[in-house]
Amino acid sequence: MVTQPSFEKSSDKPFNWFLFAAPSRFYFLVKKLIPVCWTLAIILGITGLVLGLLFAPTDAVQGDSYRIIFIHVPSAWMSMVLYVAMAFWGAIGLIFNARLAYRLSNSIAITGAIMTFIALWTGALWGKPTWGTWWVWDARLTSELILLFLYIGYLSLYNAIDDQRKALKASSLLAIIGVVNVPIIYFSVKWWNTLHQGASITLTKTSMDSKMLLAMLIMTFAFWAYAFAVVLTRVNLKTLEEESHTDWVQNELKQLGTPS
Amino acid sequence: MIKNASTLQILISIYRRDMALAIRRQSDTTGAIFFFALVVSLFPLAIGPEIKLLQQIASGIIWVSALLSVTLSLSRLFNDDFQDGVLEQFALSVCPLELIALAKILAHWSYTGLILLLLSPILALQFNLSLQAIEVLMMTLLIGTPILSLIGSIGAALTIGLKSSGALISLLILPLLIPVLILGTLAVDAAGSNLPFSVYLYILLSLAVLASFFAPLACAAGLRIALD
Repeated sequence: MVTQPSFEKSSDKPFNWFLFAAPSRFYFLVKKLIPVCWTLAIILGITGLVLGLLFAPTDAVQGDSYRIIFIHVPSAWMSMVLYVAMAFWGAIGLIFNARLAYRLSNSIAITGAIMTFIALWTGALWGKPTWGTWWVWDARLTSELILLFLYIGYLSLYNAIDDQRKALKASSLLAIIGVVNVPIIYFSVKWWNTLHQGASITLTKTSMDSKMLLAMLIMTFAFWAYAFAVVLTRVNLKTLEEESHTDWVQNELKQLGTPS
Repeated sequence: MIKNASTLQILISIYRRDMALAIRRQSDTTGAIFFFALVVSLFPLAIGPEIKLLQQIASGIIWVSALLSVTLSLSRLFNDDFQDGVLEQFALSVCPLELIALAKILAHWSYTGLILLLLSPILALQFNLSLQAIEVLMMTLLIGTPILSLIGSIGAALTIGLKSSGALISLLILPLLIPVLILGTLAVDAAGSNLPFSVYLYILLSLAVLASFFAPLACAAGLRIALD
């Protein structure tokens, strides 16, 4: 029946919103996007690091130790953005009962957890030379640590439930509850106001050198591209695994040269 | 058994049933309470008997122990009903599952949080807290322990039927309960140093109001996923 894999069954959905909700169409779209994301991630990453490590001026107060900012800040941003994205796609999955949204949400979780871990780790490395201590119980550090626990809770719940459909639903619900709680956690943790330096970037003005800022923005885009590349690769692998009963996956596996 | 029962009657009977079960299953119910008292008394043994230091950290110790003992008692909240099929009957009944969850949460609070609340002044005396601090501690527990049961019920619903749900529940809900812990201890500490503490109680109260509306919804959603 199904011969041409990707662009079938387009008329049974009333809106274009769901055009790429069909796993097969999404798969082939993403397959084209992944190399683009990887290329961007590598090029931007190298540019950002060269600019940040070699050309950005040395900080007046912190010396060269501040340069870890080019990893620290992008990963901290990504850790928060990815949690929201994970909850968002989980919510879409629960509302529309869309497999692909669940898969996307679930694929984001591990990358988010890794970003959170990197942010904490580089933060500790940065804290030692500047504050003289690896760890301070300050609002932002503590919130980031709690965020890591939220990610771990999500992943543990997903892994603990055997029935995969239930696992996806339950962990998506948990992600939504978590995202509602994150602001409450953040503001309650903020009650102890301690050592962490205030935010150096605001929307209106920055207290950073333009080369530093440029390097950091490039690194941020590199992290975005990396996250897209990794998450989309994971989604596509899951699609191949879970939809292996369909004809188009069998065809695709033959083309990839994998024994099915 | 009850014909044409109103929603309220159903909820009251569910509450009374859960309370009766808790009273008959004494080892479970009292277990969580003694666990609370025991953990609280472990801290002086670990830290040393200096009364000044203990006084400073008493609110934190009591609150952390309350958190742990409530999460400990959560794994049975829905599991027995799930095993014997009562939960499915709840889901099929005319009464909204959200309200049934609320009745069960209320029962859970009555046989854990409420008793912790009543026990707390005795434990606080062991830490030489001032009378005002004890008063505030009891107020924070009165407002805060229902939040523990409310948020905890979500964790209990999500982990229904899992073999090792105890540790998992703690992992899921303890991060979500951190604001309660912070506000509760901040209020007691402020009262202990004669500072204004009512702001913390108000925020805690607003969290309790929010949780009592949203947590039963999330809990029922979790129950539906488990029964799916």
